[in-house]
Amino acid sequence: MKRLITSALLAASLGAAAPAAAFEAESTETIKLMVADWSSMLIDTEILNIILSTYGYSVETVVADDSARYPGFENGDLTIALETWQTTQNKPFTASLATGKVLDMGELGPHAKEEWWYPAYMAEKCPGLPDWKALKNCAEAFSSPETAPKGRYLGAPVSWGGFDEERVKALDLPFEVVHAGTEAAMFAELQSAYERKAPIILWVYQPHWVPSVFEGSFVQFPPYEDACYTDAAWGENKTATHDCGKPEGWIKKMAWAEGEKKWPCAYDIVRKFTMDGKELGDLVHEVDVKGRPVNDVAMEWAKNNEAKWRSWAACAEK
Amino acid sequence: MVPKDVAGRYSLWTGLAVTLAILATSLLAPASFAQLSDKAILPISDWVGSGMNWFARDAAIFGVKIADITRALASAAQMPIDWLKFILADGWVKGAGFNKVQLAPPLSWLGVILAAALVGFRLSGRGLAILTLLAGAYLVFFGLWASAMTTLASVVICVVAALVLGLAMGFWAYRSVRAEMWLRAIMNVMQTVPIFSYLLPTLLLFGYGPSAALFATVVYALPPMVHATVLALRSVPSETLELARMTGCSRAQTLWKVELPVAAPRLAIGLNQVVMMTLNMVIIASMIGAGGLGYDVLRALRRLDFGAGFEAGMGIVALAVVLDRLTQVAAHNQSTGRQGLWSRRDTLVAVLLLLVPTLASLALPALSAWPANWTLTTAPFWNGAVSLINQNFYEPLEAIRTAMLLGVMNPMRNLLQAAPWSLVIALLALAGYTLGGFRTALTVVLLMLFVLISGYWQAAMSSVYLMVLSVALALAIGLPFGIWVSGHARLHHPVQLALDTLQTLPTLVYLLPAVMLFRNGDFSALIAIVSYAVAPAVRYGMAGMTHVPSERIEAALMSGCTPWQSFRFVRLPAALPTLILGVNQTVMMALSMLVIAALVGTRELGQEVYTSLARGETGPGIVAGLCVAAIALVADALLKSGAQRAARHEGEAHV
Repeated sequence: MKRLITSALLAASLGAAAPAAAFEAESTETIKLMVADWSSMLIDTEILNIILSTYGYSVETVVADDSARYPGFENGDLTIALETWQTTQNKPFTASLATGKVLDMGELGPHAKEEWWYPAYMAEKCPGLPDWKALKNCAEAFSSPETAPKGRYLGAPVSWGGFDEERVKALDLPFEVVHAGTEAAMFAELQSAYERKAPIILWVYQPHWVPSVFEGSFVQFPPYEDACYTDAAWGENKTATHDCGKPEGWIKKMAWAEGEKKWPCAYDIVRKFTMDGKELGDLVHEVDVKGRPVNDVAMEWAKNNEAKWRSWAACAEK
Repeated sequence: MVPKDVAGRYSLWTGLAVTLAILATSLLAPASFAQLSDKAILPISDWVGSGMNWFARDAAIFGVKIADITRALASAAQMPIDWLKFILADGWVKGAGFNKVQLAPPLSWLGVILAAALVGFRLSGRGLAILTLLAGAYLVFFGLWASAMTTLASVVICVVAALVLGLAMGFWAYRSVRAEMWLRAIMNVMQTVPIFSYLLPTLLLFGYGPSAALFATVVYALPPMVHATVLALRSVPSETLELARMTGCSRAQTLWKVELPVAAPRLAIGLNQVVMMTLNMVIIASMIGAGGLGYDVLRALRRLDFGAGFEAGMGIVALAVVLDRLTQVAAHNQSTGRQGLWSRRDTLVAVLLLLVPTLASLALPALSAWPANWTLTTAPFWNGAVSLINQNFYEPLEAIRTAMLLGVMNPMRNLLQAAPWSLVIALLALAGYTLGGFRTALTVVLLMLFVLISGYWQAAMSSVYLMVLSVALALAIGLPFGIWVSGHARLHHPVQLALDTLQTLPTLVYLLPAVMLFRNGDFSALIAIVSYAVAPAVRYGMAGMTHVPSERIEAALMSGCTPWQSFRFVRLPAALPTLILGVNQTVMMALSMLVIAALVGTRELGQEVYTSLARGETGPGIVAGLCVAAIALVADALLKSGAQRAARHEGEAHV
């Protein structure tokens, strides 16, 4: 509520400065922006919300699960999502595109990376890191009582995939893969270990607040190629697939295909909407580490970058 | 009585023989008696999945698509939610972004709290009024008011919907024996299938957002209302109905003027259950777009701000306690016939209380939204406490965890996983036959066969292991504690409040600190399940003991029993049926927590359900959910027959 009022006040003061746009939205129907529950998506979607609303579109943000979103996009319950990560959503996203009911709206900008990650203090206990071969000799340093002498690797929630069991087997790493139930549970364990300087190695992705708050590095596996996941003969292990690191990749914007006809100008704005990886990371830091409300951070960005987003909205600025 | 016992002993021996025979076959004979080969597993989840997809996308009645009907329902349900949110939480806002203007403020927090306190004061007295004021002040000063009102808006709509539907279905079941049979079966399954497994079908049918959350919540909260309605209508004395008939009441008149008023107190108990269950769903509803306090909890935990998560969770508890006490008081007033508590003048005062601060908030914005920099927070304290425990007590806790895991949990899981399915089913059937006879045995066997052929046997055994251990722990802690508390009347109220808190505080709030101390995996899951399932164990322990007839205790005292003898030979047997029902409830609670336990990394049915939700696979989600329901129904069948047997021996049941 208080956020509403502050933004209303902000809006009033800005309204005085910038003449009201004469543009009229093509349709009064509501554009539904999907948000999942991580901060970067909340922030960039709120920025898009501010932009579209400023041009008079009726906009609503709808909370949906990252992987459960596709039926919603195929039948129009959801209109636009700014973040679809190649690292986790590549397969269902491609499948959804194939139905013809969903559009690929181009890349958002930041580069997504996910990999095994260890805190800086573990580098002493396992010399040779970040090269993955070091893990072969110091698994015991990463072990817990029930996995000893094997190391304990904390993987992402089962539903996020990632092929860590296959990777451990193919690269012959003396590790046991334990899956966290949720991301929050995974990083709760990291925080616990980090406070005690206790051994831990786990799955981390970015852009995310964790690599900016905790000091550490990604393990360097043989770099990913498509062939690594499909061709057993590829790479280190000639008889197994998955003998490499995880794919890095794009974060894409997606949209409900039929919406293009309803709101062509809004779709044009969304296609042009991009953010720099560092820029977005800084905004996430404001929200997650400093604890500021998403709306304030988004509104501040919109004020400071007005010229930029008005240039994206050329179709509405005429 | 005697023949039954003989039959029991007889069946025991046959059972043993059968067991030995099966054990022998499974050791010697084809491996498929130990582990079903993949070929024998039916692709049930594929059928369910494609059936569901067809139903949600293509099915039609009279040329109207089912999906269109459900969508229309969803937007119809959306309207009252939007209105309530507009009145309570957001006010009338036009435009957004740089063009946002607020045309009217929402009701001021001051007005809402004072009006609610007035209701509490009139219905009950000063105590409830103060409780309401405190809860409201908590929500305002901790900056949770707007979220709390969003939650309240959807809770109110859910409760009303569940109330109306529950009454209608309960009345139908009361009038028709066949309807009751069907409804009872459906309600039992509905109550035990984990929510996550019908979340996806709900999304398919009703679309994303608050209205889908509303429908899922209503499905979850409906069964107790139906049960309560049937019980309440049954409790109307036949003389009263006789009188209605003699005075020439029509059927509708009998219902509205006689049956419903007489049954009202018991109906209110059902309403109270609905309120509690709706608030239980707040977190899960926020996962599919209900927003509000549940979303605040999720967001806070996501950035590991345990303190903020705890505060938002306590906000849910504050709402629950106030709503619970209000409905309980209403029920109590009905049953004691207290009326005329609320006058027309009170209505006027309440309206003024709502309007004046709201109008004043136009001049004084703090009355509409408490300024952010005036809010209190205790979050740093809680975060510090968790981190302090982590740094200083991790080692001993880790030792406990390792000992439990290596000494008890892993061996038991391995044993259950390795046990041949034929042996497990035979033993369960034997238990069913001994406790309840042929029908019970048959039910048990059919349910377990469903689990077997759907291909979830291994996962189900992992669930059983986790459930058995947590129920055992919950009972070992809860029952003795409940029995002890029952002897100390002064403790009843604080213990009730603690139990309510334990049951409405979102589990995730204490689950994540548990993960910090005990890592991801089965041990953290065990802690989560035990802390949730301990509440019914305590409640039934208390109820069982306090309901022992005082003449008997008196008699025991007179015949010279020591306190221990009186407990062991008089009170315990008399309380046994109630205690067994308590065990049953504990099992149900433990099972309903399996899915939540999946959030800290278990590998069992709950995880299957959760994973298929995350992957968007309808079929496996529903079928794994049905397997959870099957286990629940098996436990229910065995324990209910056990309770009946105990009651027959005792000659009475406190059901």
